[in-house]
Amino acid sequence: MTLATAFFYLFSAVMLASAVMVIASRNPVHSVLFLILAFFNAAGLFLLLGAEFLAMILVVVYVGAVAVLFLFVVMMLDIDFGELRSGAMQYLPIGGLIGVILAVELILVLTSWAFGPEIAPALASPAPEPTVMDNVAALGAILYTRYVLFFQLSGLILLVAMIGAIVLTLRHKEGVRRQDIAAQVARNKSGIEIRKVESGKGI
Amino acid sequence: MEPVMTLQSLLPIAPEILLSVGAMAALMLGVFRSDGGVALCSGLSVALLVAATLLIWLLPGGTYLLFGDSFILDPFARLMKSLVAIGSLVSILLSIDYMRSGRMTRFEYPVLIVLSTTGMFVMVSANDLVTLYLGLELQSLAAYVLASIQRDSARATEAGLKYFVLGSLASGMLLYGASLIYGFTGTVNFHRIAEITAAGDPPLGLVFGLVFLLAGLAFKISAVPFHMWTPDVYEGAPTPVTAFFSAAPKVAAVALLVRVVMTGFPSIVLEWQQIIVFVSLASMILGAFAAIGQRNIKRLMAYSSIANVGYALVGLAAGTEAGVRGVIIYMAIYLVMTLGTFAFILSMRRGDTMVESIEDLSGLWKNNGLAAFILTVLFFSLAGIPPLAGFFAKFYVFLAAIEAGLYPLAVIGVLSSVVAAFYYLRIVKIMVFDEAGAPFEPMGGELRAVLGVSGFLMIFFVVFPAPLIAIAQRAALSLF
Repeated sequence: MTLATAFFYLFSAVMLASAVMVIASRNPVHSVLFLILAFFNAAGLFLLLGAEFLAMILVVVYVGAVAVLFLFVVMMLDIDFGELRSGAMQYLPIGGLIGVILAVELILVLTSWAFGPEIAPALASPAPEPTVMDNVAALGAILYTRYVLFFQLSGLILLVAMIGAIVLTLRHKEGVRRQDIAAQVARNKSGIEIRKVESGKGI
Repeated sequence: MEPVMTLQSLLPIAPEILLSVGAMAALMLGVFRSDGGVALCSGLSVALLVAATLLIWLLPGGTYLLFGDSFILDPFARLMKSLVAIGSLVSILLSIDYMRSGRMTRFEYPVLIVLSTTGMFVMVSANDLVTLYLGLELQSLAAYVLASIQRDSARATEAGLKYFVLGSLASGMLLYGASLIYGFTGTVNFHRIAEITAAGDPPLGLVFGLVFLLAGLAFKISAVPFHMWTPDVYEGAPTPVTAFFSAAPKVAAVALLVRVVMTGFPSIVLEWQQIIVFVSLASMILGAFAAIGQRNIKRLMAYSSIANVGYALVGLAAGTEAGVRGVIIYMAIYLVMTLGTFAFILSMRRGDTMVESIEDLSGLWKNNGLAAFILTVLFFSLAGIPPLAGFFAKFYVFLAAIEAGLYPLAVIGVLSSVVAAFYYLRIVKIMVFDEAGAPFEPMGGELRAVLGVSGFLMIFFVVFPAPLIAIAQRAALSLF
């Protein structure tokens, strides 16, 4: 058993265990934390496959953005997860059945999967061997040259999404105290009054 | 290794670059102006669209391929982009009066139209599935926001939400189709897909993918059976936005559909022809019959646009060069007709309220004879009555269908246009013969100009049709 195999079993085992804990744990915050653990282990599996870029993206995007967003939503929304979960056991048979069917289908697809003979030569940019060029460099070499149009168009779409979110939701309320950095910087000592505050009293 | 890109080689995509950079500049301007800068942004956007249209024609004629053949500028793209730019430009002009009366004072409106136009330009120039999808998403996403830009109005919000949910569904279907096509051909490029499909019997999965792709595109042009969103969105969205939706995006999506089937799948005409024939028939018939009972003029225009897309697809169903020429002529004339009609609908205002009911038009002939005359011309033209331009639009698509041997399609098309003539004539009857109601507020200058120009073009197309036909001919030729 090589080191890679050992790590494969380590990452897979931790990932499966934490995936189970995502559903099983009582506290929703713990669920999200287990989800993050599952993401980290999936990233480890990607690394073992030689897909460093996917591994890094998984950590940056899913852990850095998506999971943190989940965490915020879970903490801010007042949802009684215990109540939500109370009737969960009655769905176990049908849920289990769907799970088994999906698993069988996946196994059938994965064991009988084959690429058509004409596909390989038709590929526009086949991934180079990891020994020749690692895949971050390979992606970078085409992303900003051949696919620069797609890259920039995606950026424009994100810009429109941002404008849309602002247009549809931002409201300037009266009487909101906003931070005015220029005013703060321009302030001098004469305008400040220093007072001693006794603990537990306030001003 | 990829060839080194120079600024010179980016010239074919210069209009898109100009529009996107210009939109960002306008955005900055709008954000940092204390008065909101609505007028300034509108003016800048109009200038950008004019400049982009000029840039399209800057390069000498011919076909340019960019970015590994994923972007194409050919005579077809040039003509369709110009039509799209005109549609967007007039939509901004039409909104000025509406904004001036204080209903929608948001500088993002013209900026979003410019960004949406960028997406439409990309759609028209798309030469592979990825460009197609990105262009379509850019256009649609801006359109979803535009539909609900009056966020305090419940109807506008509903329209935007409906449009967004159904549009995302359509995008999903399109993507599914695109991934199947990629899976079965190994390429996303239209020319290479055409080579592979020509090589042998098309695999079933490819045809399956094509059906999904066409379903997604049919949603974007609001063809039956993917039209359900159209009446609600047209009615709920602010009227200038409705005018925009019914003009430029339709032209761009039809152009995209034509390019996909003509350059991507020319060797399996029979496979897609039956889909197009069905969609076209269903759109014409539903557009004609469902519009009869409408009381709201914006809903009526929605059904009218569904029917019009059906007529345009008759030309595409023919699958010939004459058919594509017919589609181009149809979309050009439809653009002028619909913008002219909306210029009038935007002026239907009594005091401070916009009226949208057809009954409100009663007796317009006595109150504002000239406007009533031009509107009558536009409705006659939409109904396809000679010698107005709308007749020639229908004539060329039906001619192509008959030449291709699609007699049932042509016959049913003509019959449904007779049914459609009924509701157009009913509006004319209400305008001319019914008791006069209270007059509308005087029309704004831009509205008057747009209405006048479109009426003029409809009447005098018969005298001078050669330029449009010649340029459409050249554009159609470039797809074959």
